[in-house]
Amino acid sequence: MTENKPVKIYLYTRFERLWHWFQALVIVILIITGLEIHGTYSFIGFQTAVRIHNYLGLSWLTLFAFFVFWLFTTGEWRQYIPTTRKLFLVIRYYAWDIFQGKPHPVQKSAHAKHNPLQRLAYLGISAMLLPVQMVTGLLYYLYNDLQGLISLPILAGIHTLVALFLLNFLIIHLYMITTGHSVLGHIAGMITGWEEVFETAEIEDWETKAVRKS
Amino acid sequence: MQIDTKKRMGTIPRSFHRFISAEPMEMPMKKRILSIYGLAAALITILLCFLSPALAAMPENAEDAPGRRLARQAVKDNKQWTTTDHKKMEILNKDFTSGEEITRACVSCHSEAATQFHKTIHWTWLASGDKSDLRYGKAGFSVNNFCISGNAMEDKGCLGCHTAWNQKGVQGEVNCLKCHNSSGFNFDEAFSDIRGFSEDDDPEAHEMAKDIQQEIKKAVGKVGFPDRKNCGDCHFNGGGGDGVKHGDLDTSLTKPNRMLDVHMGTDGKNFTCTRCHTTVDHHIAGRIYTNPAVDSRKSLIEDDLAPKITCESCHSAIPHKNDSKMNDHTDVVSCQACHIPSFARVNPTMMLWDWSKAGKMKDKKPYVEDGEFKKPVYKTIKGEFKWEKNVIPEYFRFNGSLTSTTADDTIDPGEIVKVSWPVGEKSDPQTRIFPFKIHRGKQPYDKVHKKLLAPILSGPKGFWTTLDMNDAIERGNKTLGITYSGEFDYAKTTYAVPITHMVAPKENALACTQCHIRETSRLANITDLYMPGRDQFRLVDTIGWVSVLGAFVVVLLHGLGRFFIRNGRED
Repeated sequence: MTENKPVKIYLYTRFERLWHWFQALVIVILIITGLEIHGTYSFIGFQTAVRIHNYLGLSWLTLFAFFVFWLFTTGEWRQYIPTTRKLFLVIRYYAWDIFQGKPHPVQKSAHAKHNPLQRLAYLGISAMLLPVQMVTGLLYYLYNDLQGLISLPILAGIHTLVALFLLNFLIIHLYMITTGHSVLGHIAGMITGWEEVFETAEIEDWETKAVRKS
Repeated sequence: MQIDTKKRMGTIPRSFHRFISAEPMEMPMKKRILSIYGLAAALITILLCFLSPALAAMPENAEDAPGRRLARQAVKDNKQWTTTDHKKMEILNKDFTSGEEITRACVSCHSEAATQFHKTIHWTWLASGDKSDLRYGKAGFSVNNFCISGNAMEDKGCLGCHTAWNQKGVQGEVNCLKCHNSSGFNFDEAFSDIRGFSEDDDPEAHEMAKDIQQEIKKAVGKVGFPDRKNCGDCHFNGGGGDGVKHGDLDTSLTKPNRMLDVHMGTDGKNFTCTRCHTTVDHHIAGRIYTNPAVDSRKSLIEDDLAPKITCESCHSAIPHKNDSKMNDHTDVVSCQACHIPSFARVNPTMMLWDWSKAGKMKDKKPYVEDGEFKKPVYKTIKGEFKWEKNVIPEYFRFNGSLTSTTADDTIDPGEIVKVSWPVGEKSDPQTRIFPFKIHRGKQPYDKVHKKLLAPILSGPKGFWTTLDMNDAIERGNKTLGITYSGEFDYAKTTYAVPITHMVAPKENALACTQCHIRETSRLANITDLYMPGRDQFRLVDTIGWVSVLGAFVVVLLHGLGRFFIRNGRED
């Protein structure tokens, strides 16, 4: 596999990185405080947890609107268009090929930062789970002012379920970042913006080659 | 489309430029670490900016709470003023030989006082205020599970708390000094002493009588508005002794500190009872059996003539700080539920009274056995007791009304009879979750007619003298005009007492997790609402946690797999 020469490409802009880490911190704190509110454990105190949870949730909701605006004005939303092309190759890679040291079937590029599996997962997160969580969270927050319009148990049930799904995502996500060409490769990419990728021969048109530094 | 990396980086400030424009692969380790720290620092700064208002709001600076501000305005000037000095009134500067004479002196100026007072429950002992409706009241069919019945004012032992002179009940004359005696002087004792000394031939006794006469005159000159002790003489001793009945009312409130009652504390606001229990025509604001204290909760801003009897009167319905989640509670949870963390915090209160154990003798004599708190746990004449201190209330939905089982109502002796029980539907806008003392007891009932019985207790033919329950019941029920079959047994009963006094300072109010918690929630019995922290849906939690655990297991196995076969690399 001589063609697998590692190269570095500038993949994540400063805004993307900042947004990613801001969102990561917010999600982690929301999960920690949220589970305390749910009664799973007692950690920083219920009242403090509620205050932080409400404040972060509302802040995130506001900033998310700006993020969505950014997504559409920059055209970055295209990164999330789902595709089945190479999807099964990617699945096979993580299920089997990775153990044999085979290369990743999809090359990352500035125009295609996500592989088909990621696209599907992130679309699900950004377009489904997060909006559902934000809407149920907002309604939960406003519950008392919307007397009789909504059922708190149903809201709380959905909010809890989605929160645990997000925790599920977080665990897999944290693990998947270790599957780069080195264990810290992906995380370094999200910190510096420069991602180390393998140069593969099979880049297709739709994946669009990025400018590489080598 | 090609993206020019150089162009992109043109927008990056110089300081960052040197980190990323150089060959990243060759970037010195030190610098790379610096850039990581830089990003982390930026993130933390951003996050702190977001969190700081939340953290700053953490210590409740309640000085700003609108409810406190309002209340402080409502009670700003505590000075009472009057145009009358009773010491200078001619009609009071004479020798009184009986209580009735004092009352006549009072009404010679306060012409409507007695007429007004005759219509109040403090006089009639009937909730209706009307002799034709005997259903509720100590003078009617009402019973409790303490001393059970007032026996239509025939049980003279009860009349010590009636507002007539010399235990004469409604046949007597109003004893104004029962409530307006500001000196603490014992008029009853003084008059009986004077009678005693006057009949004596000894001139020294006559001198003593004169002295007492002067003391009476002095005490009469000090009449005034009722203070805590006036009300407390009866209400702190409800049920026949200190703290027996209420739990939130006992002699510790005569001179409480603010830790015991933040409003009445002598080191705080020093409220008298009448500061909240405001009065119109001698009718004192407060709940009367099934009648709530108020029809609707209004603040003095909404209705400046409303009684000050509810917390909302002075504190409004949104008393906490503007952004406080606590304000979202006030439509469901009463103020008392959180602000009275426990009752009987100084003196113990009785929690159980078992009449079925009464009548046991020791050496053929009635006896008393003291237990914890130096309070009786057994009395031959009364039965078995349980006392508790710092009692955590039980919580029920309550719209201000209590249902009562009277001596005239049919009961199911197989069940615990609710002699008094809170009423409140979740849908009723007046209903709040409210704290209660639940006094449990065993008391006699008619096995044939299935009604609670009303034994007469004091007096020469009362149970306390004869220890003959059957006879006491027969005499007692006769006073009420309710037939007794002659067969009785003991039924288990509960009596709910709303807990509304002994409001603690705000720092002692309940923490969220007294209720918002899985196992030990104080509101465990209120199941018709969803409470975060207490409630969960088993299905939701199971699906969610299985998915989380599943992810964890898959990731672990996958990782171990990669580790052991070294990602397929041969090395």
